[in-house]
Amino acid sequence: MTDHNIYLDHGATTPVHPKVVELMLPYWTKYYGNPSSSHSFGRQAESALRSARESVADLLNASPGEIVFTANGSASDNLAIRGVVRSSQLRGKRNHIIISSIEHSAVKNTAVQLAEFNECEVTILPVDQYGQIRPADLESAIQSNTILISIMAANNEIGTLQPIEEIGRIAREHGILFHTDAIQAIATQNWDMARMPIDLLSIAPHKFYGPKGIGILYIRDGVQLEPVLTGGGQEENRRAGTENVAFAVGAAEALRLVLDEQSDLVEHYRLLTGKLIEGLTTALPHDCVLTGHPTQRLPHNASFAFRKVSGNDILMHLDLAGIAASSGSACKTGDPKPSATLEAIGLSPEWTKGGLRLTVGRQNNLADIDYTLQTIPAIISRLQELDYAWD
Amino acid sequence: MSGGVDSSVAAALLVKQGYDVIGIMMRLWSESIATQTTIANRCCTPDQMADARRIADQLNIPFYVLDAQSQFRGSIVQQFIDDHNAGLTPNPCISCNRRIRFSFLLQHAKALGAQFLATGHYARVRQNGGDFELLKGIDPHKDQSYVLYTLNQRKLAHILFPVGEYIKEDVRALAEEFALPVASKHDSQDLCFITDGNYRAFLERQNTNGFEPGPILDQNGRELGRHAGLPFYTIGQRKGLGISADRPLFVLEKDKTRNAIIIGPREALEQHTFRIRDLNWISGEGISSKQLVDIKIRYKATAVPGYIITSSNNDAVIKLITPVRGVTPGQGAVFYRGDVCLGGGIITGQREDLTDEKSFSNEQLEEL
Repeated sequence: MTDHNIYLDHGATTPVHPKVVELMLPYWTKYYGNPSSSHSFGRQAESALRSARESVADLLNASPGEIVFTANGSASDNLAIRGVVRSSQLRGKRNHIIISSIEHSAVKNTAVQLAEFNECEVTILPVDQYGQIRPADLESAIQSNTILISIMAANNEIGTLQPIEEIGRIAREHGILFHTDAIQAIATQNWDMARMPIDLLSIAPHKFYGPKGIGILYIRDGVQLEPVLTGGGQEENRRAGTENVAFAVGAAEALRLVLDEQSDLVEHYRLLTGKLIEGLTTALPHDCVLTGHPTQRLPHNASFAFRKVSGNDILMHLDLAGIAASSGSACKTGDPKPSATLEAIGLSPEWTKGGLRLTVGRQNNLADIDYTLQTIPAIISRLQELDYAWD
Repeated sequence: MSGGVDSSVAAALLVKQGYDVIGIMMRLWSESIATQTTIANRCCTPDQMADARRIADQLNIPFYVLDAQSQFRGSIVQQFIDDHNAGLTPNPCISCNRRIRFSFLLQHAKALGAQFLATGHYARVRQNGGDFELLKGIDPHKDQSYVLYTLNQRKLAHILFPVGEYIKEDVRALAEEFALPVASKHDSQDLCFITDGNYRAFLERQNTNGFEPGPILDQNGRELGRHAGLPFYTIGQRKGLGISADRPLFVLEKDKTRNAIIIGPREALEQHTFRIRDLNWISGEGISSKQLVDIKIRYKATAVPGYIITSSNNDAVIKLITPVRGVTPGQGAVFYRGDVCLGGGIITGQREDLTDEKSFSNEQLEEL
């Protein structure tokens, strides 16, 4: 039906870099040992795992002991939050944690579940029209028993960057741990963990041309954490289970490659998203708004809300036109709800089901953007013209 | 696509015929009961969605689920409730095919750039000169043209009914031939949004007006008993009246103005004349009142011969050659000439005999 096959959903996942694939290959059939084994096969695997860990640590200016490999980004979020809350419980405290209203479900649902099971109290901070929390709100939410603040570095849906350093500073002042879900942000930011006021940081390599099926959690030296997965004591007793050496190797290489190319990639992303943002808001001045902060946003994220149109319908039309994108209110089972994030930033009901997220990547070019800019306005007017008056 | 045999085979046939096919399932409305989780509409359970998705994948066609929940609830379900409150016995499938399938969905299909919307209905579209005709499906036991009488030329130009050319057994055989993983699901006759088939309980739950008890009257207006609310009864009903008499008594009429049920003997159920409203002619033009056609007064009724005398663009009087029992206001009266479905209308609540005779002689018919 269409010749086009344009992927604009890098925020969902990315293709694995060929160099990463190549580097991972030997670890399935050649270096397949279990790192916990004491024989040569085990030592070989352990050595590769150690190198991967050291490489990640080096890239973040952290120490190897501060890097834990997990199953995926959600697992990192779960470990950070549950681990800190549990650890605090052991010391007999009734805890309080603070999150924002636009956290990823891996943070929000974890916090909500802990509250339901009475393991802690949760305060959810509102955000402003751009999706940023106000430091003053954070200050006033802090209680004497607050043990953790978890606020994502950048929102996956609307791309807004949070004032991470400010939040970290406030957390430090009050002796509270600060976790940030940096899954969308890490590849395009330049963070020196020795200097950033962050205690826990979640990373998901499949967002930056690494494999799915592995996550990373940075845990600052000295932070006490109870493991979520208990068992054989791997990852220094922080995450049990035989380590995924191949993917750890791949994750480290993916991070190395993306940080190495970072300034070129960021420039490339900004060029493309800049055009998308300018193009769509100009073409549809009354029916399209940019969502998220205009400047403090992820370079690869161009997110919008359309008036009186369903995001689900837009995605269907885009798919048939050969463009892959996503929406905060999409639902594969035909039951789209208004996007919680769009509601949190104060958009009214005629906009909150009409979210569209375009996230560019290495493979996209200007031709992709031009085609997209031709295609979307036509889709929006077709959908707005649908007449539901009865026949 | 519903995940069922008919729509799956329809999709497979179209793919084989070389069409570019897009599979769509509509998410319809589901009732949520406070004490239970959402009761899925029988037409879009998670299992059926998974089935439809799997079949689309096998046929290598795109598959999407379209949200029609609020449209379905707001028009089809609400109308069902309102009609029952008004003393009518509606057939919501008529409305759904008119407003949801062949309006809402048809518009979405066109917006997607599709030339046709195809469904698994047992019916046929035929081009006859410049006109489109709706024909019964080949299988007389499965024919669904009755619920499609609201179609028109504009819509028929964009509709395909691939399985209407086959009998059901052959459709099942085709499913096997295409190796489609459709379980042999039995075809349910219940309304899709009332999963347990108990429409009275459904109305009690959904009805904001509540049911008003009222009198049960005989044809002379004498009160014989009390009823629990009009929606609990249907024309021709005999059981559940709570009235003992020396001969069987049947519900003849539901009178909204008096909130009364009128009952009488079996013979009184017979009618040869009744009115219809919301008339639709599929060809766009009415036929002469001298033309004899076959008329079905409900989905499962046998068609009987009669005449259609239009009194305006929207209304008509039907005169049957011989009377039938159980003409039910709210049901569809659908007309046929042979296999061709000409159109139809909704039977109204006014029960009128326009002549004193119970049937017509040939001479009288000549004069009509």
